Amino acid sequence: MSGQIEQILAVDRLTMRFGGIVAVNALSFAAERGKVTALIGPNGAGKTTVFNCITGFYKPTSGTMRLTHDNGTVIALERLNDFRISKQAKVARTFQNIRLFPGMTALENLMVAQHNALMRASGLTFLGLIGAPSWRQAEQRAIDLSTVWLRRVGLIERADDAAGNLPYGDQRRLEIARAMCTEPALLCLDEPAAGLNARESGALGELLLSIRDDLGTSILLIEHDMSVVMEISDHVVVMDYGVKIAEGTPQHVRDDPKVIAAYLGADEEEAIAVMESGT
Amino acid sequence: MKAPSSAPFQPARTAGAVFILKKAVISALVALLLFSLMIGVRTEAGPEGRLIYWTRFDELAAIVALVFGGSIIIELLRQWIGPLGAERIVPRWLQGLMEFAGRWLGPALLACAILVPFIFYDQRYILDLGILVLTYVMLGWGLNVVVGLAGLLDLGYVAFYAVGAYSYALLAQSGIPYPTFIAVPPFVSIDFLHLGTWSFWVLLPVSGILAAFWGVLLGFPVLRLRGDYLAIVTLAFGEIIRLVLINWQSFTGGPNGISAIPRPSFFGIPLTPADDGFAARFGLEFSPSHRIVFLFYVILALALLTNWVTIRLRRLPIGRAWEALREDEVACRALGINITTTKLTAFATGAMFGGFAGAFFATRQGFISPESFTFHESALVLAIVVLGGMGSQLGVALAALTMIGGFELFRGLDQYRMLVFGFAMVLLMIWRPRGLIGHRAPTVFLEKNQAISSDLVKEGHG
Repeated sequence: MSGQIEQILAVDRLTMRFGGIVAVNALSFAAERGKVTALIGPNGAGKTTVFNCITGFYKPTSGTMRLTHDNGTVIALERLNDFRISKQAKVARTFQNIRLFPGMTALENLMVAQHNALMRASGLTFLGLIGAPSWRQAEQRAIDLSTVWLRRVGLIERADDAAGNLPYGDQRRLEIARAMCTEPALLCLDEPAAGLNARESGALGELLLSIRDDLGTSILLIEHDMSVVMEISDHVVVMDYGVKIAEGTPQHVRDDPKVIAAYLGADEEEAIAVMESGT
Repeated sequence: MKAPSSAPFQPARTAGAVFILKKAVISALVALLLFSLMIGVRTEAGPEGRLIYWTRFDELAAIVALVFGGSIIIELLRQWIGPLGAERIVPRWLQGLMEFAGRWLGPALLACAILVPFIFYDQRYILDLGILVLTYVMLGWGLNVVVGLAGLLDLGYVAFYAVGAYSYALLAQSGIPYPTFIAVPPFVSIDFLHLGTWSFWVLLPVSGILAAFWGVLLGFPVLRLRGDYLAIVTLAFGEIIRLVLINWQSFTGGPNGISAIPRPSFFGIPLTPADDGFAARFGLEFSPSHRIVFLFYVILALALLTNWVTIRLRRLPIGRAWEALREDEVACRALGINITTTKLTAFATGAMFGGFAGAFFATRQGFISPESFTFHESALVLAIVVLGGMGSQLGVALAALTMIGGFELFRGLDQYRMLVFGFAMVLLMIWRPRGLIGHRAPTVFLEKNQAISSDLVKEGHG
């Protein structure tokens, strides 16, 4: 915004304890508006826990998470719980293990995502029940928005197929489209490239970049596929054992000895992947 | 036939005679053990209360031999025919025929239902049976919202049926209470508005609203529960309502119930032989059938209203949220759907229809007592929903017709009735494990409206 770097999400000293285990320890980082921020780290570093705190599935033990909308509204995410994060703070998320509604069609999945807007339009169901024209228009608009997203993720041909019948890669993309149908300010993706082949993750990277560039949606990303991280991230935060060990541009992070050590200590292959990929 | 394709069948046929015999002997032994006391020894109370018994070893031997032979035959059949899948039990042509029928079944059933009073005008038994079936169709459709769409297993649905029935019965007898302001302390007194011949039509929505209120009341404590735990709490809720009805004698009449509940009127015109009655007004000869036919159409209209509202709700965001809740609760939360209100509205909507049905039941019977609202009713309605195919409106109607109508149809079979019924259910569950109509119709589509296979649709877990 007018050249000034603005933070959409500021996480400050976030701590999450499960009994005696400290999963996330005083983690601070920021995500910039209209940028892709990646959260990486070896398995068990606490990345998904951070995600669950941001998206309201966990209540953090301490720390603050401030979300700033582009109209200047500041929302303290740690004070909101589950569905309000998506409804009021406009934070959408996808899941590491895909969570679509398998028995509903691709189109229906996207319609469910527009629940809150449609609930208002249907006059809390009553206007919809009598089939008011305003409701019919709102429904058509929702179908149109869904169609736009189905086209965007290349699933328009399969709009009327059950989500559970789609191939794995398509399900991943449908889940992203569903999250985008909530019209979020911040999109949180938990390992979107997991289980995708090289060509599919390439397409995924392009999709995410187009979301960032065309809509200006900020993206927060957990990813293990370093080629995706290096290609699309503007900023990388590296975690290990619940604390931040490095952050910066992808190039900067890749050369950081602490990051290499963390990956080496955890898994030799991953360390090599970090060093070699993204070039 | 090419050689490789027939090869896989070869090993199955060569299962040894020893194996078959061994299996048959084991079956026969189990039969001997079971039936030696059940059939082998017969006891009876003698003339002076003494126990007399005699043995029936020949019958026992016949049974054991039958089991032995049957086991061999089944084993041989299994090897010749191959594994018994759904396709083998129900022939393909029959399945094709049923798919064709499926398209026209709904409208045909509706037409039949409308014509029933014309065809069977003088047959009170058929009309009463029709009313009973339609009541269960309505209850099934009501419970379908909770169990079929929202995936919340409710074993206490009869509670809302009871709330509706008692609401109607009590309010119709006392009139609707309302406060009046008076000059002397305590300044407010309660007066009662008597509704006369309109009581059924005014109190029907009131009963539905009261039942919905109780649905929300039940919903709150069970919001956090899932699966088995939810089922147990709803079961308990149903029992609590029944026990309160039995024990709160001064209010509900206890086990004696409530009698002389006002009958419904033809929109204000009583269906009586009196001068201002329905027959006299319309210049007809009085017949008790008028009321039965009228009741038939009332419950048909109520059931169709339930159906219409449910179909409509499915296409609204709330209905989609119910189904999404059944599919994946966590994903719903991530999409900003308020789980609490979504579950509560499902409970309330289902309960409201239960309340309507209850009010109708009370006005039809003219007498209600807690005995009509036992767990058996809840189980029956749930069985209708599950057999019909959870979430399918047509399936529920078919299941209600089969369950309630079937019970009557096989009345002649006496004690074998349950046997026939059990056998039919086992067959159905092999053939259609997800109910009569197991597939799900999408609520919105772009190009083609294709049904979704039941394998993908979740049953819900909470």
